[in-house]
Amino acid sequence: MVEANLSSPREAADAPREADHPHESLMVRFGPDKPLKLDAGVELTPFQIAYKTYGTLNAERSNAVLVCHALTGDQHVASLHPVTQKSGWWETMVGPGKPIDTERYFVICPNVVGACMGTTGPSSINPATGKPWGLEFPVITIRDMVRAQAMLLDHLGIETLFSVAGGSMGGMQVLQWAASYPNRVFSALPIACATRHSAQNIAFHEVGRQAIMADPDWRRGRYDLEGTFPRRGLAVARMGAHITYLSDVALHRKFGRKFQDRENPTFSFDADFEVESYLRHQGISFVERFDANSYLYLTRAMDYFDLAADYDGVLAKAFKGTPTRFCVISFTSDWLFPTSESRAIVHALNASSARVSFAEIVTDKGHDAFLLEEPELFGIVRGFLDGAGKARGLTRGLAAKS
Amino acid sequence: MSTRAEPNLTVANIPRTPGGARVDLVLMAEMVERGAKVLDVGCGDGELLRLLGESRGVDGRGIELSREGVNECVAKGLAVIQGDADTDLADYPDDAFDYVILSQTLQATRHPRVVLEHMLRIGRRAVVSFPNFGHWQVRMQLLFAGHMPQTDILPYSWYDTPNIHHCTIKDFRQLCTAIGVKMEKAVALNAWGSPLRLNAPWWFWNLFGEQAVFLLSRKG
Repeated sequence: MVEANLSSPREAADAPREADHPHESLMVRFGPDKPLKLDAGVELTPFQIAYKTYGTLNAERSNAVLVCHALTGDQHVASLHPVTQKSGWWETMVGPGKPIDTERYFVICPNVVGACMGTTGPSSINPATGKPWGLEFPVITIRDMVRAQAMLLDHLGIETLFSVAGGSMGGMQVLQWAASYPNRVFSALPIACATRHSAQNIAFHEVGRQAIMADPDWRRGRYDLEGTFPRRGLAVARMGAHITYLSDVALHRKFGRKFQDRENPTFSFDADFEVESYLRHQGISFVERFDANSYLYLTRAMDYFDLAADYDGVLAKAFKGTPTRFCVISFTSDWLFPTSESRAIVHALNASSARVSFAEIVTDKGHDAFLLEEPELFGIVRGFLDGAGKARGLTRGLAAKS
Repeated sequence: MSTRAEPNLTVANIPRTPGGARVDLVLMAEMVERGAKVLDVGCGDGELLRLLGESRGVDGRGIELSREGVNECVAKGLAVIQGDADTDLADYPDDAFDYVILSQTLQATRHPRVVLEHMLRIGRRAVVSFPNFGHWQVRMQLLFAGHMPQTDILPYSWYDTPNIHHCTIKDFRQLCTAIGVKMEKAVALNAWGSPLRLNAPWWFWNLFGEQAVFLLSRKG
């Protein structure tokens, strides 16, 4: 039964331990000499970044592509996930011969600050106390994530990125990168995102956070110390959020009003409908790999994101004189980050005379479309990167010639 | 704005050069200085932008109304956004481009005058091409056959045409005078895509030019 599953504490060996000792990942630690300066006005130190790389950096160091992950993503973009044993979250987009072609580009995907897969976050051990940070962890922002990624690139000796790509929260990082470090970003691919979280977006996140905090096992964020885990709260948060990633049409096509393994309603609160069963499954599998406090921190970071606010409320100023080439992409059925948000980005970029492409892709798959099989998306990303590659002087198949 | 991306819309049968490029596009490209910054309004499938990039080394951008056209352009590596000439030109700052091009699209806009004014606000120069409604074939059809003209470059029935503001070469020159723009160059093409004699009088162009290309600049 679902209820029983959700109330048992997690195995000791699952996701939280990834927080300090990530599997199948590279890791860099920044000591007290290199603190991460946070928007909250404090410094995070020491801290570490877990990341993965794919492909080969060329001699000119000009073919690096930074892939930024979304809210519940991680560094395992194009290879097996060490906790779930599932394939990478963007294997349709990143890999040999894929639009972000690892035979041409050197792909770097770091876990963001505040997450739980090896980069320092609330489930990491606080060196000052020897215990998990929990709610002692400072609140972080999208800009903090990007600042940390810039430190990673400095460490790797990469001055300029050929491209920065990402969807949703990843797209927010892409926009922040272009605004904060215009000269380090040759091209940018913000997908299914916005320059600010809307009231509706914040509202959905707040429901998720309240679900976690209402779970008695949350223990005011000290569950790691008290041997519990807010499974039910985190699962409900995921269930609610998952609905916002889909569209009404897609849900109806997939599930309709079909019953789950039964002919008739049971006149109970069992998961009679397939859609209920599907959502419960989404919730249950999510808690196996994700940390509840990280969910609080990362949703907060997205809520605080408002790029224009850092530039006197004028978005165009964020991109003034930018040399970066942009390709903005949205999806017709994405109601979480609708096309109007992408258009606002495009207007600001036009007002800054930036070199910008913008495509809206027709799909009924909702916000999640950026992660799914969308041939038109692949064609556009491939074409955009090819064009940028020519301008950057990247030769075809440079890493594949060996 | 552009209807060009849809199959054989405004420009069903425009003659091509031996190299395969549309003669009107080649003419327009030749009016643009090398290395200039260009906005192509209604860029369709990006043929002109590609030609400009390859033959003139321009930094080109495009706006296109049809989603298919935009996605095709972006997949070709062109910097194109989805938008509408009638509403979206207002968002561009002054002097953002050296040239703003409107190819075979003017007659499909709701407010041709406003569009033209925006073009010369955003760019120092404008290049405009349009089918000439004063062409003799058009006049003959209306006069003798008594129906709305249909020709190679105006292939529509009156009830399904995207072209809502037809004009003649004479009309266009009057509009240019009315909004105070300077006509730097003008070329009319006959039905075979050859330029008409440059020293021919305007009435001759207006009668025998099937389409016209104008290079405009701000006065003063």
